[in-house]
Amino acid sequence: MLGYIMRRIGVSIMILFGSSFLVYNLAAYAGDPLGELRFSTDDNAKQQIIALTRELQLDVPPPLRYFLWLKGILGVFVGKLEMGMTRESSSVQGELAFAIPVTLRLVLVASVTALLLGLAFGIISALRQYSRFDYAMTFMAFVLFSLPIFWVAVLLKEFMAIQFNNFLSEPSIPLRWMFIFSCFTAVFWSSLFGGERKRFWSVFAGAFATNFVILWAIDFTDWYLHPGLGPILIGFLSVGIAMGVASISTGLTNIPARNAALTMAGLAVLWYYPAQWVFNNHGSYLVILLMLALIVGTGFICASLFSKIDRGPIARTAIITGVISGFLIFIDRVMQTWAPYRATDAVNGRPVPTYGQRKDQLVTDDFWLNNLDTIMHLILPTIALILISLAGWIRYTRGALLEVLNQDYIRTARAKGLNERTVITRHALRNTMLPLSSLFVGEFVGLIGGAVITERVFGWSGMGTLGIRAINSYDLNLLMGVTLLLSTLVVLGNLLADLVYSALDPRIRLVKE
Amino acid sequence: MKLFGRREKPIGEILSGGESAIANKEVEGLSLGQIVRRRFFRHRAAVMALFLLSSVIVFVMTALETKIGPIRIPGWWKWTVEDIPELRFEDCPGGTIGCPTLSVNPFSNFGLGTHPFGQDDIGRDYFALVMNGARRSLMIMFIIGFLAGFIGVVVGSISGFYGGIVDAVLMRLVDFMQTVPIIIVAAVIGKTAGRVGPVFLALFLGLLTWTGLARLIRAQFLSLRELEFVDAARVAGASNARIAFKHILPNAIGQIIVSVTLIMAGAILTETALSYLGFGVVAPDVSLGLLISEFQTSFTTRPWLFWWPGFFIITIALCVNFIGDGLRDAFDPRQRRRISKKDRLKAKIEVKAGA
Repeated sequence: MLGYIMRRIGVSIMILFGSSFLVYNLAAYAGDPLGELRFSTDDNAKQQIIALTRELQLDVPPPLRYFLWLKGILGVFVGKLEMGMTRESSSVQGELAFAIPVTLRLVLVASVTALLLGLAFGIISALRQYSRFDYAMTFMAFVLFSLPIFWVAVLLKEFMAIQFNNFLSEPSIPLRWMFIFSCFTAVFWSSLFGGERKRFWSVFAGAFATNFVILWAIDFTDWYLHPGLGPILIGFLSVGIAMGVASISTGLTNIPARNAALTMAGLAVLWYYPAQWVFNNHGSYLVILLMLALIVGTGFICASLFSKIDRGPIARTAIITGVISGFLIFIDRVMQTWAPYRATDAVNGRPVPTYGQRKDQLVTDDFWLNNLDTIMHLILPTIALILISLAGWIRYTRGALLEVLNQDYIRTARAKGLNERTVITRHALRNTMLPLSSLFVGEFVGLIGGAVITERVFGWSGMGTLGIRAINSYDLNLLMGVTLLLSTLVVLGNLLADLVYSALDPRIRLVKE
Repeated sequence: MKLFGRREKPIGEILSGGESAIANKEVEGLSLGQIVRRRFFRHRAAVMALFLLSSVIVFVMTALETKIGPIRIPGWWKWTVEDIPELRFEDCPGGTIGCPTLSVNPFSNFGLGTHPFGQDDIGRDYFALVMNGARRSLMIMFIIGFLAGFIGVVVGSISGFYGGIVDAVLMRLVDFMQTVPIIIVAAVIGKTAGRVGPVFLALFLGLLTWTGLARLIRAQFLSLRELEFVDAARVAGASNARIAFKHILPNAIGQIIVSVTLIMAGAILTETALSYLGFGVVAPDVSLGLLISEFQTSFTTRPWLFWWPGFFIITIALCVNFIGDGLRDAFDPRQRRRISKKDRLKAKIEVKAGA
């Protein structure tokens, strides 16, 4: 196996040589970095030309200059990576070091959310093949496939930022909109549940009424100005989550698992006020991670308290419940920051930004204000990226699951008398995940490359913006830095995808024996 | 809630020999082409998309003057991109200028008017601009589709048919092409291509986007070349080229067509995105992405300048996607269409009549 990986890496390095040589020369011959200076009437233009030529070694022809650049890159093997200088004589590594975390933050959140949503929609769509929900999802996926991201971005800016901010200055939902919105959600839920006409309408009525009441309550209490969940709502939601997770993860007939999940939900409510104290006095990402570890530990303890056998699935159920309930408490804390955040001078009552990755005027040590600021700036670009990649996941998941459901082993599982939940979650879903897991790597890498437009539209200074700057100013070293990074990611991503696939699926052998 | 509940099959369906009997019956004695055509035309969304796309193509292509070398075919629209008519001020909402005259209200001013989509800042007719942009986008889309399809098929079939060292080399070439970041490199070229023209840009993009198709075709060839009919052809004395292109390739035609439609749908988005960034089609030439990029800031005051180009991009991409989906269903032999209530009833009656 090690030999295989080494060989693949060797081939990848050769490929990277080739592609970087190609791009280097294409870029070098495509434009003249001194073009503007040559026509400049400025007195010191000549001096600038001489300085730039010396600094960027422009007197060397590009095919040869490539090897000078390559020498710096190969320094990575002796621990002295040198990617050259930009035109502004800052180092390319420094620029990349600033840009990479920005892009990663954007892409990571978006791709994980898109994956989870896409999986959920795709699975339901496949289980209800040829239902109304399935048709609606298919149509939605095609529409999303055809949307240009820059167009969506402008719409998002207008309706989710500008109009929403206007709405917040005089918040009230007209009765007409409550009605229309409730109708839409009711149609969504009733087509999700499916069934005959009677069930459709009863679900419709239930969802409509619930939605209408929630909207009315939100409007009545001005919830969008002082949002929050509070311990009571968190309690109800956690119990619901516990039952839901238990019914999907182990089935409600597994009494210990159900009890463990409910215990976790109860603990979440009990933990609400202590958590507030911790959040207020020691808010930081480290503390949040520690709390996550605490939840996982409690989950294991719960599982061992409730059962002596078969603890794995019980612990899993308890931990998933705990993590989601804990997340609710976190969300609640973030919501509590909303009112003070809106009141700050930097925000000035318009909390949804259309541009940039953080508000520079917002100078504060408060962890929660900074956190909310980051989240608010992430929202619009993340939604745009999710919309773009969601469609793919819905289609992949649906196709893969349908394929698996036609296999003989599914029929065998059913013939053994297993219940439908076990057949779907244990036999079908696990096999569906195999191709999807390797797709995720590729999709993630693709999204990093594709974030160029999103970054540009929303004014994030990530790698895409860096690349565009490099192209516009004919900055060869900078351009090559970005390109090399993207190509390396693609190569590594392909290798990782193959390895993941072979690790998960014993039928795939990468090494011929 | 029964999330995992299975729908019970009606007893009549089981009696009548299941769904496969109905599905098999309808393809008896038909050629592949006939089956595919039948299945495609039953996919309602795909047929509608095909109709819509052909109408859009005809509409867009005939709207403006076409120049093919010395021949000039006049368009049916009164303005061209070069015309600069007077800006319209009267009855525009909120003090804006050049608002659209299109009215779908049958009681007041019904009809197109002088400038149905409005006018841009200097008064050029926006309908003509959008038509010109859509024409550019369509042209680029088809060039990319055909070029990428051609290269992908040739590379994929050679690689899959010969295997061994040829396959290894060609697949490394595919890996190589995939490491080239398309947007960045296309932008580098586009910055130059703005002077060279959109056709050059399209050709270049076509040279970059064939890799996925090549992999697909290769996989198809690898599995198909092991089948008996290939041995039979070889025994009958067929040459390699004949086996590859006459015997194996027709079996992969479904995948090819579907992939090419997907490439085309992606291509129109890539082109508009590049133009939006300013690296694709550049002024004074017009493209849909360029129009959106130019007028995105005037969305609040003059939204029509933003809606129309977007509408055309989405319509074209959506139609191509739906046609691709219809073709995929039509070509996929495993795919059985949904058995409707009417079919079930018919089958049941036939079974009863036979019994």
